[in-house]
Amino acid sequence: MQFPSPTVQAAPPRSSSGATQPLLAVRDVYKTYSLKHGQTLRAVDGVSFTVMPGEVLGLVGESGCGKSTLGRCLLRLNDVSAGQIIFDGQDITRLPERILRPLRQQMQMVFQDSYASLNPRRRIGDLLAEPLRVHRTPDGRKHTPMAIAHRLEELMELVSLPRAALERYPHEFSGGQRQRVNIARALVLSPRLVVADEPVSALDVSVQAQIVNLFADLQKSLGLTYVFIAHDLAVVRQISTRVAVMYLGVIVELGETDTVLHNPAHPYTIALTQAVPRPVVGAPRHAPLRGEIPSPVNKPSGCRFHTRCPAVQTRCQNEAPTLTQIAPNHAVACHYPVLKSTHA
Amino acid sequence: MPTNTLSPPLLDVHDLCVSFTSRGQVVPIVENLSFSIGEQEILGLVGESGSGKSVTAMALMGLIDAPGVHVSGSARFKGQDLLGLSGKQMRALRGREIAMIFQDPMTAFTPVYTIGWQIDEQLRAHHNLSRKQARTRTVELLGEMGVPDPANTANRYPHQLSGGLRQRAMIAMALSCNPSLLIADEPTTALDVTVQAQILDLMRRLRTTYGSSVLLITHDMGVVAETCDSTLVLYSGRAAETGATQDLFAHPQHPYTAALLASIPPMNGPRPDRLPAIPGTPPQPLERPAGCAFAPRCTYTHASCLPAPPPTFCTVGPAHKVACVLPGEGNPLPKRAYTSATPVL
Repeated sequence: MQFPSPTVQAAPPRSSSGATQPLLAVRDVYKTYSLKHGQTLRAVDGVSFTVMPGEVLGLVGESGCGKSTLGRCLLRLNDVSAGQIIFDGQDITRLPERILRPLRQQMQMVFQDSYASLNPRRRIGDLLAEPLRVHRTPDGRKHTPMAIAHRLEELMELVSLPRAALERYPHEFSGGQRQRVNIARALVLSPRLVVADEPVSALDVSVQAQIVNLFADLQKSLGLTYVFIAHDLAVVRQISTRVAVMYLGVIVELGETDTVLHNPAHPYTIALTQAVPRPVVGAPRHAPLRGEIPSPVNKPSGCRFHTRCPAVQTRCQNEAPTLTQIAPNHAVACHYPVLKSTHA
Repeated sequence: MPTNTLSPPLLDVHDLCVSFTSRGQVVPIVENLSFSIGEQEILGLVGESGSGKSVTAMALMGLIDAPGVHVSGSARFKGQDLLGLSGKQMRALRGREIAMIFQDPMTAFTPVYTIGWQIDEQLRAHHNLSRKQARTRTVELLGEMGVPDPANTANRYPHQLSGGLRQRAMIAMALSCNPSLLIADEPTTALDVTVQAQILDLMRRLRTTYGSSVLLITHDMGVVAETCDSTLVLYSGRAAETGATQDLFAHPQHPYTAALLASIPPMNGPRPDRLPAIPGTPPQPLERPAGCAFAPRCTYTHASCLPAPPPTFCTVGPAHKVACVLPGEGNPLPKRAYTSATPVL
C-alpha cells in the first residue's frame, strides 16, 4: 500500500526531533509591497508565532489586516520580505523552488472561492490526480495509475462524496460539495499542514456547519495541523485550539481559544467579540467601535489601534506596543491590557 | 416598535408568486408568499442563497422585467397594488416612497459620477429643488448617516470610499426622499463585523428619526435577532415560519428554523464536538418536492410531509405561524435550548 491509511497517519507526528518541536515557526515576518509614488504597503508587519503538530491555529481579523497575505507566505506562495518561516525545523524562507517542491507535499492550502480554485475544464478526478502525477512516492518512483485510482476513491470517501463525482466537472457541484473537492485535493498527498483561507465564508449557514465538521473530523482522524484563517469568530471558536487576532498587519492578541474569546485583553479583541451578532434575542448590545480600519498604507503611529480604541491614552499615540506574555499561553500587544473580565 | 394592529399595515403582500420560463418549463422561484409590514416595523426576511429573498424584493420594487418572468399575487402599499402599477406610476413611487439598498454599494452607484451628484439627482428627480438646495440636503444627509466631513465626501467618487462609507452613502441616498419603506438587501454582508455593528445601529435608529419601515433581507440569523421586530423565514421559495423575532428565536417551530439556529456555532457556552449540521443542500426550484420542501433534509419527516400540496401556515402563537404539519398533529418542537437566558460571555 503506497498510502498510509488514516489510522496509521494519526500516529505521533513524524518529526524526527520529537513532538515538542513546532511544525511551523514564524519569526518576525514582514511582507511589503511597493506602490506608486514611492509608497509601501506593509501587509504583514512583523509577525511571530509557532504552531505545534496537531494544533489548529485560528487567524482572525477584518479585511485588510494581512491574514490572507500571511497565510500565503506560510506556504511560500508569496515570498516574505524579511523574517523566517521554519517548517518542521527547516528554514524554508529562501529555499530554491527545486528543493522546496518535495516539501510542498507536506503543506497544502484550501481557498475561499471553491469555484475559482478548480479548473472548470477538467474533471474532478483529473484535478485530484495531478498532484500525484507531479510528485513521487517516498521511494522516488512515479505513482502508478492503479495507485492513483485507488487513492482518489479513498479521498472521495474521506470527504463524503460519491465516487461518481470523479467523472464530473466543477460546475456540476453545489458550493459545499465543491469545497469538499478542494479539501480532497489538499489532502491528496497526505500533507501535515493545511492552511485554509476563509474556507467556509462563502457557504450558506446550513452547509457551513457540514464543512466545519468535515475540517474537524479530518483534523482528528488524520492528525492534521491547520492554520485556519477566517473573519467569523464563532467558526474560529468551534475549530481552533489557539487564536491569533490580527489588526493592520500585526498580531494584537494570541492565546488559547477560550482565553482570547472569553477573556480578551486587547480592546480590539473585546470590540470584535462584542460586535458579532448573536442569534439570541435580548443579548446585551454594546456600543459599536468608532470609525473604520485605517489604510494599511498610512498606518497610525504608535499603537495601530489607537485611532479607534475606546481606552486610548497619550502613550498609545507614540509608542507601539509589542506582543507580550501576560499569562501562560496568552500574549497581547497593548500598553493597557484589560486583565479582568469586567467587560463581559 | 411593532405595529398597532388596528391600523392597516404599510405593505401587505398576498400570495406573491414569481416564476420564469426556461426551455419550455415554468420554474417557480417564489411560491405563494404572504406577509405584511406595519408602520415603523423592521421585518427580517431570512433564507439561504436561492431561497427567493432577493427576487421577492425585486418583484416588490417592480425591477423584474425579464421576458418570460411571471409575477402574480398582490402587494398593497398605501392603498395601491404595487404589482399592478405602470412603469410611470412605479417610477414616481420608487425612491420616493420605497427605496432600496443593495449588498454591494460599489455596483449600485455608478462609478462615473460623484456620490454627491448621485444623491442630488435623486432629490431633484422627486422634489423641485435647485442644485444648490439639493447639495445642501445631500451634505446634511451624509452627516446624519455618520459620514465624516460630508461636504468633501460628497465630491468623491464611489471607488474613493471604503465599503462602510459607501454603504452609509447608499443609505443616505435611499433616505433622501424620506421613504415610508426601505428595502435593504443584505446591507451588511460585504462589511467587516465592527462596521456591520455600526450600520445595524444606524438602521435601528432609522425608524425613530425617519419613521421608515424596513424590510431587511439577510442570511444571518444573528443580524435578524439584533435588528428585526418580526421575522419571516424562507426555504426554497416558500415561507417556512413567521412571527415576532423574540418568539421565533425562543421557540422555533419549523424544523428548518430550529436546525438552522442549531447549526450556528455558538460564541459562548461549551463547544460541541460536532455542529448539528443539516444534511444535504436546498433543492433546486425544479426539483422542489411536491410536499414540504424541507422534507428530504428534515429529521421529523413522516408520511404526511410528502404528499402535495406543501403545508400551509398554521397559527402556533400570537402572530406566530409555521408551515409544518407537526403542530397540527400535536407534536410541536421543543423550545430552543439556547435562549436569551443563557449567559452571554
